[in-house]
Amino acid sequence: MDLHATEGPAPPSLQAGRGGPLLAPTSTSTSTSSTSTTTAPPAAASTASAPGTTGGALPAPGPGRARRASFGLAASARALVSRPRRRALVSYVVLLAVWQLGATSGHWLGRPLPWLGNLPAPTAVLASWRHLVFDSGYWSSWVVSLTRVLGGFTAAVLVGIPFGLLMALGPRFRAATFPVFELLRPIPPLAWVPASIIFWPTQELSIDFVIFLGAFYTIVINVLGGAEAVDGRLIQVARSMGASSGNVFRRIILPGVLPSILVGMEVSIGVTWEVVVAAEMISGGGAAGSTASGGGLGFFIWNSYVGGSYPQIVVGMISIGIAGYLSSTALRALARRLTPWLRVNG
Amino acid sequence: MEAGQRERGRLRIEDAVKFYETRGTRVLAVDHCSFDIAAGEICMVVGPSGCGKTTLLNAIAGFHSLDGGRITLDGQVLCGPGQATAPVGPDRVVVFQNGALFPWKTVLENVAFGPTVQRKLSPAAAREKARHMLADAGLGGYEDVYPGQTSSGVRRRVEIVRALMNDPAVLLLDEPYRALDALTKSVLHEALLEIYAKNRVTIFFITHDLEEAIFLGRRVVVMTTRPCRPKRILEVDLGYPRRHDLVTGRRYRELVLETTEVVHEEALKSFQLGEKEG
Amino acid sequence: MSIMSILKDDDLPEQPGPVTREVKLVANPVTPPAKPAPGLVLVERLGEWFKGPKPYLMVLGYALALAFWYLSVEVLRWPRFEKMPGLTQVFHEWWSREPTFGLSLHTPIYYQHIWVSLRRIGIAFFLATSLGVPVGLLIGWSRTFREFVFPVFELLRPIPILAWVPIAIIVFSGSETPVVFLTFLASFFATALNTMLGVRSIEPTFLQAARCLGASRGQVFRHVVIPGALPFIFTGLQISMGVAWFSLAAAEMVSGQYGLGYLINTSYTMVQYPTIIIGMLTLGVVGYVTSALVRWVGTRLMAWRNQALATG
Repeated sequence: MDLHATEGPAPPSLQAGRGGPLLAPTSTSTSTSSTSTTTAPPAAASTASAPGTTGGALPAPGPGRARRASFGLAASARALVSRPRRRALVSYVVLLAVWQLGATSGHWLGRPLPWLGNLPAPTAVLASWRHLVFDSGYWSSWVVSLTRVLGGFTAAVLVGIPFGLLMALGPRFRAATFPVFELLRPIPPLAWVPASIIFWPTQELSIDFVIFLGAFYTIVINVLGGAEAVDGRLIQVARSMGASSGNVFRRIILPGVLPSILVGMEVSIGVTWEVVVAAEMISGGGAAGSTASGGGLGFFIWNSYVGGSYPQIVVGMISIGIAGYLSSTALRALARRLTPWLRVNG
Repeated sequence: MEAGQRERGRLRIEDAVKFYETRGTRVLAVDHCSFDIAAGEICMVVGPSGCGKTTLLNAIAGFHSLDGGRITLDGQVLCGPGQATAPVGPDRVVVFQNGALFPWKTVLENVAFGPTVQRKLSPAAAREKARHMLADAGLGGYEDVYPGQTSSGVRRRVEIVRALMNDPAVLLLDEPYRALDALTKSVLHEALLEIYAKNRVTIFFITHDLEEAIFLGRRVVVMTTRPCRPKRILEVDLGYPRRHDLVTGRRYRELVLETTEVVHEEALKSFQLGEKEG
Repeated sequence: MSIMSILKDDDLPEQPGPVTREVKLVANPVTPPAKPAPGLVLVERLGEWFKGPKPYLMVLGYALALAFWYLSVEVLRWPRFEKMPGLTQVFHEWWSREPTFGLSLHTPIYYQHIWVSLRRIGIAFFLATSLGVPVGLLIGWSRTFREFVFPVFELLRPIPILAWVPIAIIVFSGSETPVVFLTFLASFFATALNTMLGVRSIEPTFLQAARCLGASRGQVFRHVVIPGALPFIFTGLQISMGVAWFSLAAAEMVSGQYGLGYLINTSYTMVQYPTIIIGMLTLGVVGYVTSALVRWVGTRLMAWRNQALATG
């Protein structure tokens, strides 16, 4: 953590045309010191300025005083080739290079490198992907996995949040259920697969149940944590103003727990993807019956492996990564909309 | 007067200017601020919340840069044109608002930290000196306790001892007693003056409490609302050492009266602007 | 009438003159109470615990869960439940000296499976921690390192661990290495990420204080960053342990020999249903114990935290 952290110099163009009330307090100073204007001359600022630090101990200006400055094209371009981005680019390139060289080491080295040499090359992966884009089977795998993720996740949310809240608000309920919950939690969801298959009539339901379990635990834990963190004084304030229990719950507890719930949801969607992929692979390729149905990206990967098309495996992996990233981002965007009060300029 | 008794620690702030960025806009925080602090003097800086006084302290300490003007210490330039940020160092130690004693080290380890890491003393010698200074400050017995187990009053005092272990030229205090209750505060004031009596280090003390400022300080600089510049500089001729019953005296009350209007005016302005606390 | 209204301005005392003798403030340190022997504390706490409703409710909870299991499978024989292995069946099998399916608490093969899984977890977790903590610390602390390494890290992290299975099998020869690798990978990401968060969550004032007390960057790292990040690191290690078991179980189910995941899977294929449940419950217990172990180590290392929280 740099003490003299700099985020890059501010483009001088920002000050142009932005003088006036923005840069100075609106009141005229009655100070006994000399009456200097309180707007800083932009020229002096830019010549004398060193890269300024952002934030620090200073507060944000009061409402109505700061206005979002429009970023010029120059600023955007500069941000695009900023040092962090350049460095990120360098690392991606290095990764690709190492991968490519390692994978093809059989050719140019004569003998393939111990581990890297076994990988399918990036070029092969790209070729495979170009081919798959037109394959409907590939896209239906996407749909199947996404449906499963959404289904299991939604079910976990619908059951987990009330369950978690019940545990948080009812100490007796919690004392009775929490030990059982904690005992079952360390059992990985995937370990439930065989039991699930025995129990549920269809394979689809058995997979969905396991997915549900994975997400369920995470959500409940986060709801519990969030409920505990709700400031008890807020509840007292509400009660002292005559709020009924129902109102206290709706207006104080629920919004107070919401951020934790949303974090829990974000974490659990990651877990959900893990479980989906795993369940698809196990049901497709594991000993739990090799039925033709199954589908989904996990099954796609396993199938590619069994079928010997290794570059396709990597395509599948990347696809899942992208799908997971998209769902996390969507969830985060939803979270931001639901909790506007957290978007304070920090 | 005490000013001549000490050689080092003469701070000079000349025409300091500081901007900061927030959400793409540049806001002026310190506006051509100038004043001097004599060596060995307690200089209190009073101003409404968010006016920029902490920015000034940070510039002296070297945590922030200066956009204009310069600050010198004993004639040496700390920051200014050509060197926007002062080097951070043990000649200007900061005592922070919410305390920065390391919770994972005992009181003794905390206090001995400075000389140990600077390799000025061996770890054993540093600990010895620390023990000595703690005892001197009336904190003997706390050595092997963790900061988390002590009261905030004790923590503040330990932090000051930790700072003074480095024999700094300037002690920078950023509203250190802000979070404490009035009773603890008054005891800590006396404790600080006791330490000052032995050390005569230059003290740059930021506060929003005018009465605290006049009780402790040799000079009180009243700052305007942001962007800050000295609005009024008060010479406090109450002499040292001072006792807590000073506040009942006439001269003290006169000084408060003199300055109260000025401070209140700025406080009102700050309130109207809806400043968030710094 | 208050004093102030009686006294007029002239009556206010002159400024008290400078004090000639020294006033010394001595604080009386509150000696922390002598810590009672840990055994005694435990007994005391247990005694208190038993007085409340909690332990009884807990027993009630377990009893209800077990009763549900028992009733639904063996007594009421509900449509779907009847195919499941029953409570009595499972526990009978687990305890028996002559288990029907060859595995119980009294058979060595049971402990073989446990040992194999534990060994894999041990290696993977150790490697993941040895690599993950330093990497996390560096990503959090060094801007250069972060800008180069973090993008690749975040690129690989979203890929579910099991998606790596085929590649792991292809790349690494043998059946042990892929399993350990996958477990390592999952654990590594969790540890590194949480360590990084730990570094970034340190209050900036601690760093500033250390710097102005004269510490060099390296010393700040050693004296402030590492101890400061430790709480987060240990939370991360607990999460990492959980994730490791998750991945291990899955990896063992898909490939590999021996181990609890493998046991569960083969029990299913060989239609040895009670053994499935035994495997699951064992997995739960072992997983819980290893997490608790990590948590215990953390508590010992961060004594300052516990003392602070205790005396508050």
